[in-house]
Amino acid sequence: MESVNLKVSNAPFVRSKDSIESVMYNVALALAPATVMSVYLFGMRALVLTVVCILSCIAFEWLMDKARNKPNSCLDGSALVTGLLLALNVPANLPLWMVVTGSFIAIVATKHVFGGLGYNVFNPALVARVFLLISFPAAMTSWPMPAPFSFDMMVDMETGASPLGILKTDGVQAALASLSLMDGFYGTMTGSLGETSALALLAGAVWLWYKKYITMYIPLTIMGSVFLFTGLFHLIDPGTYASPAFHMVTGGLILGAFFMATDMVTSPLSIRGQLLFGLGCGLLTAVIRLWGGYPEGISFAILIMNSFVPLIDRWDLNDRKAENNKKPEKP
Amino acid sequence: MKTFKTGGIHPPESKFTENTPVELMPVPKELAISLNQHLGKPAKPVVKAGSEVKKGELIGEADGFISANVHASTSGKVKSVKPHPHPGGHYAMTVFITPDGQDEWAEGLNTDPVDWHGFSKEDIIGKIKNAGIVGMGGAGFPTNVKLAPPPDKKIDTIILNGAECEPFLTADHRLMLESPEEIVEGLNIITSLFGGEARAYIGIESNKKDAIETLTRHASSKGIEVVSLKTKYPQGAEKQLINAITGRTIEPGELPFDKGCLVQNIATAVAVYEAVCKNKPLVDRVVTVSGLEIGKPKNIRALVGTSFRDISLFCGNLKESTNQIISGGPMMGKAVYTLDVPIIKTTSGMLFINNVGIEKARERTCIRCGKCVDVCPQGLAPWLLANVAQLREFDEIQLLGLANCTECGSCTYVCPSKRELVHWIKYAKALVNNRQKRKSA
Repeated sequence: MESVNLKVSNAPFVRSKDSIESVMYNVALALAPATVMSVYLFGMRALVLTVVCILSCIAFEWLMDKARNKPNSCLDGSALVTGLLLALNVPANLPLWMVVTGSFIAIVATKHVFGGLGYNVFNPALVARVFLLISFPAAMTSWPMPAPFSFDMMVDMETGASPLGILKTDGVQAALASLSLMDGFYGTMTGSLGETSALALLAGAVWLWYKKYITMYIPLTIMGSVFLFTGLFHLIDPGTYASPAFHMVTGGLILGAFFMATDMVTSPLSIRGQLLFGLGCGLLTAVIRLWGGYPEGISFAILIMNSFVPLIDRWDLNDRKAENNKKPEKP
Repeated sequence: MKTFKTGGIHPPESKFTENTPVELMPVPKELAISLNQHLGKPAKPVVKAGSEVKKGELIGEADGFISANVHASTSGKVKSVKPHPHPGGHYAMTVFITPDGQDEWAEGLNTDPVDWHGFSKEDIIGKIKNAGIVGMGGAGFPTNVKLAPPPDKKIDTIILNGAECEPFLTADHRLMLESPEEIVEGLNIITSLFGGEARAYIGIESNKKDAIETLTRHASSKGIEVVSLKTKYPQGAEKQLINAITGRTIEPGELPFDKGCLVQNIATAVAVYEAVCKNKPLVDRVVTVSGLEIGKPKNIRALVGTSFRDISLFCGNLKESTNQIISGGPMMGKAVYTLDVPIIKTTSGMLFINNVGIEKARERTCIRCGKCVDVCPQGLAPWLLANVAQLREFDEIQLLGLANCTECGSCTYVCPSKRELVHWIKYAKALVNNRQKRKSA
């Protein structure tokens, strides 16, 4: 008994089992249905692209930890989630070197340059996606046709425009003719790897919400504000503006709202801040979709709102200070 | 079911000893009775090495307004009076007594119970003061001071705290099952101090169904309401308990009596009863001895001054793998660095654990998940307080509500990045205190 070596530390002496790893791996798990769906729809090429994307992200994470002389964080799951999200955000036939470039932008230029996990201002996967979209517009907008269970490598695949692209260039009638809403719900339409299937994405999101890793304030305000805004213009002029239901299931709205905008690091902390953030994302998305130069706006909308997060948090902070100092403190 | 409004967590309950009746621990070979067993100024020793003392005899006299008497826990001879390790982590003046084995009470103490109804208010408070009673839930605020709030504060609600929300601890739970009459009488004595209108409540978490039942049986005829509370930590914190039972919120800078409330611990109520009716000073208490590294987890009634070493031997000794010993519960207790530490009046529990986490844990960066904000019962932003504390911005941190933190540990419990949030907050508090002292000096 005398040999007992007692350690002194500060309370509490029990800790929850949650860790950065559990948060990140649960997010990755929630994205699994969408990933499986993408392989089903777009074949082996989708799987190869996803694996390359994840591995390159983890490799860049490891390199940056070495370069910055930080503890190794490449297996904490955050690079995995970034890689997975980036893969789900690009077309299945994107050249692999572009994918690796995207990983570089996400991990090095967006995350580690700002100080690594927890310090990045913008969502890494989204910055990478937007970077690729602006740098390689042709490759990023030639969407392969879904071909369920065709496990070839899609070297000479048939490509087409996305429903939102058709909407932008050819108008409502052509867009509505290109797909039924159920196609959009199940995901049998053109689009990025993981954004097509609303069903798979929602299944993962509900699970994350059930496990309390995300709250629904941001996603629901985004979906709601896009629905109301596009719905308003649809009512005014159905010939020019597509129905809100069409906007709900097409493009990256669900992926963005439930998995990208809810990124803990780049979203506000308070509920009212999250509602404001969601509203901003939703309105910007709708504005870009209806009148912008790009067919899809959720990536830009979230990135723009990311830059407002410190300001939104400051608003809470000031109110918090006022609240705490209503009465003079006793000495 | 009632509970407090903001925040809260659900740590594993781990109440291994809830069905173990309280066992009386024999008098050990040596007692180390600390003169600092309460909030405020330590007591002044009134004995010297060589003095013969009887059980219950005064050995330390309250020094100042916020201080408390200390009594000999058994009869014997004073061996020495010298500084000794204290469960709070520092050294404190301590009276060492070599028991004579007779455990003989001093004249007129621990008598047969008498009826208290004839006593005046001053008599009752005087008896409580003489008996050296302090809040036995952990804070150790002298009870006689707490029971005499400023005359302009009207107390209309008296709450007995049977929440016992800390994991592992079952001392109050056993007391509620085994001494319900004493608890109810103690509460009646306290209530009588505040006139007829004051309402008395006993708040108990719903994980102690048997205690709720027992106390309802004993208390309902006496006009006391037993309130069943939803199990949630930190239900037993004063401000949270008041909020759960009355719905009132103690604002920053306020004390419970500003909102007409007074909270007392279960064990304190028993001590009040014994002091007033039996003239028995506070010399022993019920302690939960638990944790995975102790041979036989137990609830014991031990004399104040019994060392952790003696108690660990009494409870089947500790395993080789023990690396932390905690005085108190796992959420707010303190790790002790030596088994020589004695128990004091506020030691509600003693845990022997193997905390592998403390060697492996590395503080990671905040991922802004906001969980600490969600669980903070005081509505603070612990991640921000910790960040600002690390930056040593002490003006800023006071604006952020540093003083409102009750150090309950909920934020640190949930943090996925394993940040030592409470540690940093305590650090800031200590430095802010020092700075204010320097300024006023």
